[in-house]
Amino acid sequence: MKVQLLHLKDSIQMAWFTMRTHKMRSFLTILGVLVGVAAVIGMVAIVQGLNKSMAAQIESLGANVIYVSRFEPQVQVGGGGRSEEERKRKYITFEDAMAIKELCPAVEAVSPEKYWWQEPDGNQVKYRDKEARNPQLGGVVPEYAVVNNCFASEGRFVTDSDINFKTYVCVLGVDVAEALFPHADPIGKQILVNNNRFIVVGVAEKKPAFLGYSQNNYLLIPFTTYRKIYSSSESVWLAVKPKSKAGIEAATDQITQLLRLRRGVPYDKENDFAVFTQDYLMDMYRSITGVAYLVMIVISSIALLVGGVGVMNIMLVSVTERTREIGIRKALGAKRRNILWQFLIEAMTLTGTGGIMGIIFGAALGIFVGAVTPLSATISLWSVIVGFSFSVSVGLFFGIYPATRAAKLDPIEALRYE
Amino acid sequence: MLIKTVDLWKTYTVGTETIHAVQGVSVEIEKGEYVAIMGPSGSGKSTLMNLIGCLDSPTRGEYHLNGRRVSAMSDDELAYIRNKEIGFVFQTFNLLPRASALHNVELPLIYNGTSSGERIRKAKEALKTVDLEDRMTHRPNELSGGQRQRVALARALVNNPALILADEPTGNLDTATGAEIMELFGRLHREGNTIIIVTHERDIAIYADRIFYLRDGKVEKEEDVRHIKNSGN
Ligand SMILES: Nc1ncnc2c1ncn2[C@@H]1O[C@H](COP(=O)(O)OP(=O)(O)OP(=O)(O)O)[C@@H](O)[C@H]1O
Ligand SMILES: [Mg+2]
Repeated sequence: MKVQLLHLKDSIQMAWFTMRTHKMRSFLTILGVLVGVAAVIGMVAIVQGLNKSMAAQIESLGANVIYVSRFEPQVQVGGGGRSEEERKRKYITFEDAMAIKELCPAVEAVSPEKYWWQEPDGNQVKYRDKEARNPQLGGVVPEYAVVNNCFASEGRFVTDSDINFKTYVCVLGVDVAEALFPHADPIGKQILVNNNRFIVVGVAEKKPAFLGYSQNNYLLIPFTTYRKIYSSSESVWLAVKPKSKAGIEAATDQITQLLRLRRGVPYDKENDFAVFTQDYLMDMYRSITGVAYLVMIVISSIALLVGGVGVMNIMLVSVTERTREIGIRKALGAKRRNILWQFLIEAMTLTGTGGIMGIIFGAALGIFVGAVTPLSATISLWSVIVGFSFSVSVGLFFGIYPATRAAKLDPIEALRYE
Repeated sequence: MLIKTVDLWKTYTVGTETIHAVQGVSVEIEKGEYVAIMGPSGSGKSTLMNLIGCLDSPTRGEYHLNGRRVSAMSDDELAYIRNKEIGFVFQTFNLLPRASALHNVELPLIYNGTSSGERIRKAKEALKTVDLEDRMTHRPNELSGGQRQRVALARALVNNPALILADEPTGNLDTATGAEIMELFGRLHREGNTIIIVTHERDIAIYADRIFYLRDGKVEKEEDVRHIKNSGN
């Protein structure tokens, strides 16, 4: 072992020499390793960054909320929109919301919601010369506050009488409040929402940012007022709060049964709507990152394999080119294992260099993505260690065959090699 | 007795043909001797040298080096003997082209685990013996043929071996440089080293004390040439 260690510096130097004399060939050889390691580092960085903000966002939806939609939540991978059957489905309506509230004992509160987008440039919200930047405009009921855990920090929220009398009042998200009233108290002021006059009655509590985007650029008006002004479709977004956390399942069942009944789904047919929770979204998100990791593993495995075969090839060439050198070393007393280790270390230096380059490249990629997108990319130490060890192992594994060939050479034949 | 071979054979099989490169050679060489091996091309000189140098194992027969029976040793044991007991000098120098003279001389010491400081000290000393201490950092391609062969000699000496083997050490050198190298061998011999050289030329062979003439793998005759050298001086 001592001899092999004495050899380490020598062998690494020799590997560097080989690489420098055949720059292009070596680079192409280690490109596979580089790509493989860069894929690991970069993807882990991005996925972990995504994890942080995504998990926070999904959790901020509220642990205790059930959502009702006429479609299953899904991730669009590539093309392929909704099916014919899906597009023909009936809307979830305000009346469905009222029925759930009345007939499902496990349900505490139901929040039907509608959101408006003013053509062509989004919602215009003004106060005197001040203007908010295209805020989201929602029509809500008082239960919105309980269900979405979103209360008024100043003033009041939408009330039952607002609903009954279709009043022109609104509750502002913090961003809108700050944009319109940087120095003044917004409560009681009259603002213009898409050219309708509204009185500000409250400002909502601040929500945490998601993916670097503020979640506070919105304003809420009474559901009935919304309907009166924006006579769009009957379709509503439905958020439901069960009586207790333990009651989520019961509430989900009751809602499902009720909606099947109301929508006339035959007993032998699938639901033509979806009832799901935050956990469901979380699972779905996890399965997406799972796929991302799988893709990463496949890409890097292929790249490392290609790199490994390349390394084996360059090492075989190197062994042939240096047959005479091997003969000389053997004549001077090198044992088989000395030669074996020399070439193994060389192969590992080669792939290790590719690994280090891959780490730098992957980290740069992660940091770049972190800089130009709201994702916070995190370079984790374990991915660096795994990436480096993998690259070195590839050298070790694919170096075995060429190194064994070198070690087995007959000294006399090797010395005679031209 | 440093070297003792008993009925040494080396047989090669190429296709269906068998070639007896060495056929029943029995020689004895004392410590401190200076021996030359001569003979026509293909007579088996190099093959015999390789056997004596433990680079190869005989097909048949026995070989004792320094009291050890090496004819039945394994590859790694032979490597150990080559490292410890034998210093090689080749016709084509066989230096590592990318390494400095110093590193080339260090090489045998790497394979017996000598520490780096000790290695450099010994290698410098060996280079001094061959008058090359001012060329230590040069690579082989920056040295003349004679200088390269002297580096090779320093490398052969550095481990203080029992035996120095040289296969046509002057074959790639002009007459004057060849003579210089032979003077160096002479000096090393006077300092107590055992030397065996292979050569085609009688002018070179007579530097030695004894000449073995090889033909068809057999020792044809043996000649004591001490008187020639002495009278030449
Ligand atoms: N590896 C081998 N396989 C087959 N035949 C071999 C091998 N090595 C040597 N020989 C044969 O053995 C014989 C002796 O070869 P060797 O190299 O010992 O001759 P030599 O006396 O050194 O010749 P030269 O003066 O030309 O160097 C030759 O006929 C050669 O062809
Ligand atoms: Mg020969």
